[in-house]
Amino acid sequence: MSSDLLDDAARLRRALPDDVGDRVVESLYTDAARLASTSVDRDDARARLTLDRALDRILTHRVWGFVAMGVLFFGVFWFTIAGAAVPSDLLYVLLVENGHAWLRDVFVAAGAPSFVTGLLVDGVYLATAWVVAVMLPPMAIFFPLFTLLEDFGYLPRVAFNLDRLFARSGAHGKQALTMMMGYGCNAAGVTATRIIDSRRERLIAIITNNFSICNGRWPTLILMGTIFVGAVVPPGLAGVVAAGSVVAVVILGIGVTLAVSWTLSRTVLRGESSVYSLELPPYRPPQLWRTLWTSIVDRTLKVLKRALMMAAPAGAVIWLIGNVHLGDASLAAHLVNALEPLGWVLGLNGVILLAYLVAVPANEIIIPTIIMLTLTLGANTVGAAPGVMLELGDDAAVGSVLVTAGGWTLLTAVNLMLFTLLHNPCSTTVLTIWKETRSARWTAVATLLPIALGFLVCASVAGVVRAFG
Amino acid sequence: MRGPGGGTEDLPTPRPGPSQDTHDSHDAAPGCASCALSTGGARLARLGLAPGRHDHVVALAGNPNTGKSTVFNALTGLRQHVGNWSGKTVARAEGGFTYGGARYRLVDLPGTYSLLSTSADEDVARDALLFGQPDVVVVVVDATRLERNLPLVLQIRQITGRVVVALNLVDEARRHGLTVDARHLTRELGVPVVPMAARRNEGIPDLLAAIAQVAGTEDAPAPLRLVHKDPALEEAVTELAGRVAGRFPGVPNARWVALRLLEGDPGIEAAVRDGTLGELATPATPVERAG
Repeated sequence: MSSDLLDDAARLRRALPDDVGDRVVESLYTDAARLASTSVDRDDARARLTLDRALDRILTHRVWGFVAMGVLFFGVFWFTIAGAAVPSDLLYVLLVENGHAWLRDVFVAAGAPSFVTGLLVDGVYLATAWVVAVMLPPMAIFFPLFTLLEDFGYLPRVAFNLDRLFARSGAHGKQALTMMMGYGCNAAGVTATRIIDSRRERLIAIITNNFSICNGRWPTLILMGTIFVGAVVPPGLAGVVAAGSVVAVVILGIGVTLAVSWTLSRTVLRGESSVYSLELPPYRPPQLWRTLWTSIVDRTLKVLKRALMMAAPAGAVIWLIGNVHLGDASLAAHLVNALEPLGWVLGLNGVILLAYLVAVPANEIIIPTIIMLTLTLGANTVGAAPGVMLELGDDAAVGSVLVTAGGWTLLTAVNLMLFTLLHNPCSTTVLTIWKETRSARWTAVATLLPIALGFLVCASVAGVVRAFG
Repeated sequence: MRGPGGGTEDLPTPRPGPSQDTHDSHDAAPGCASCALSTGGARLARLGLAPGRHDHVVALAGNPNTGKSTVFNALTGLRQHVGNWSGKTVARAEGGFTYGGARYRLVDLPGTYSLLSTSADEDVARDALLFGQPDVVVVVVDATRLERNLPLVLQIRQITGRVVVALNLVDEARRHGLTVDARHLTRELGVPVVPMAARRNEGIPDLLAAIAQVAGTEDAPAPLRLVHKDPALEEAVTELAGRVAGRFPGVPNARWVALRLLEGDPGIEAAVRDGTLGELATPATPVERAG
């Protein structure tokens, strides 16, 4: 019965010209144009699209567009680094120094067994306190700034600028947009690749999304840039150089994205790039207060919540592996010793690699994990118990902990920044990739390719530095 | 720039788009989000349009970057992040609101330029509008780019008369020296056109009133009947629409269905084959569906 209807349709379709679809669209657009022209009254004298046009002439210029991009992003990072210092100190003194000591006293006074105090106070509490002190201030500044740029309508211009580069890499231009999403959260960026219709180009976008620095990784970069890279120049230049180092990693990430896209589209994912149209929205004056509010509620607190949820169990794990002894040393010490050779080759160390294993669920907690592991393991070497040596306060304390107890150098910090860019996606992102691709093979590629690149790049940098330095 | 899940996690009843969600539709054949082998209720649930505990279902459609998410937030009081770029909302958001004593469920459809089934997003929106039969479809339109937005309005109007056009961004249009004659548009489209500036909460009360009026009406305007300039096409559409009406008596938008069949739209062909299309012939009233 019903197939008769389809037969009728097929018969009628055969009688029509081949371009029936085009004609339907054409007649639709003719109607729309007629309706629009009779409904819209245009006052040309007042048309003030000129400002938009003037802005676009600069922001999407072949050369100046890239310069403006660099300046804007640099400004955002510099503002974040300069602005986060004071509140970071404050939170550090409040939560890590005083809060930890106070909570410890309370537990001891209540007569809690030492392993309970250790697990809950030295493990769970300290890890979460570190996360808040290290992450909250930069996030509370960075996210609103980035959101203001987004609301202003700037991100599509970035996509426009990068479009040519992506097309030349054999990838879809919309990949620039999903990359932008990735700067917030890679899992969201991977989901956003649904806007790309071709499976080939979508896979490229998914695999390379991890090279966009996500929420969880910004604080690591900003902190490393501030403590180590900024410290090698005179204090007056420190902020500028620190911000510059973060921008450099971001640009490297874009470069890696393009290079990997190019390689994939010429090897396993061969094919033509699709043509698409990118709509540049009008510039809209951002609504300052609403933006501040939503970016704090939507992003800062959400990311912080996730970080805290991950930090609490991680803190417990860190305390446990630091205090469960196997033979003559703690479990953590055994693990760190086992990882140390690989860490050395990569210009990192065993603690960092162990931290990356503990922090697989969330990149957010890398720095707190590293600090706690360093303190736990380094305590013997510097003869101080956790909590005592932290009285130095603020970022300088973090730096001095890592240098004295962890034996860090500038090379360690720079390679950590590189490794932050180039390592496996967090477990949430891996799960999202699996959900979106439904392919174990591509999920494995997306997971292992970045870490292979990270090993390659870090080992090369370490080798070159050691050969010449 | 949201966390995993595309930001639906804060909403009261999160449910990702049917074409991607594999958890909800494990009972359906793979790749067939709109198969009609199951009951209507389950199908509507899969389309994300089951009324649940609400009296009316309102679908929110529109081109990308017209302020759909802003309208969504203004209506539901939610503060989902809104971005100034196309394709920001990938996963579908849902929320609810109460107006005049009735409970409304608001479903945000993906932003699309058309319903011609050229991408997964357009399929999702098309299925939701055609098979989901929402009580009201709010089409958000950018007043500064009316010509580019109207094709979608016209397509939706060919499917249903239960439409409210939210003429958004009139403040921006004013700044650009554009005045849009909403009354003229209302006359031409046969449905309420509400000028508004959702960012400033201007026009939201009017929009709510228009939604309530369309949701409550028994006799919504018939689907728009667009006459095609091409005589051969017009003839074919008319002939096939007659057959569609004969096979599925009471289908309200036979001409649109005929047009899609002529273009070989696989989704509509499947609906003909399995009889889903027939269910459109007996439009359930909002009261019945609420139970």
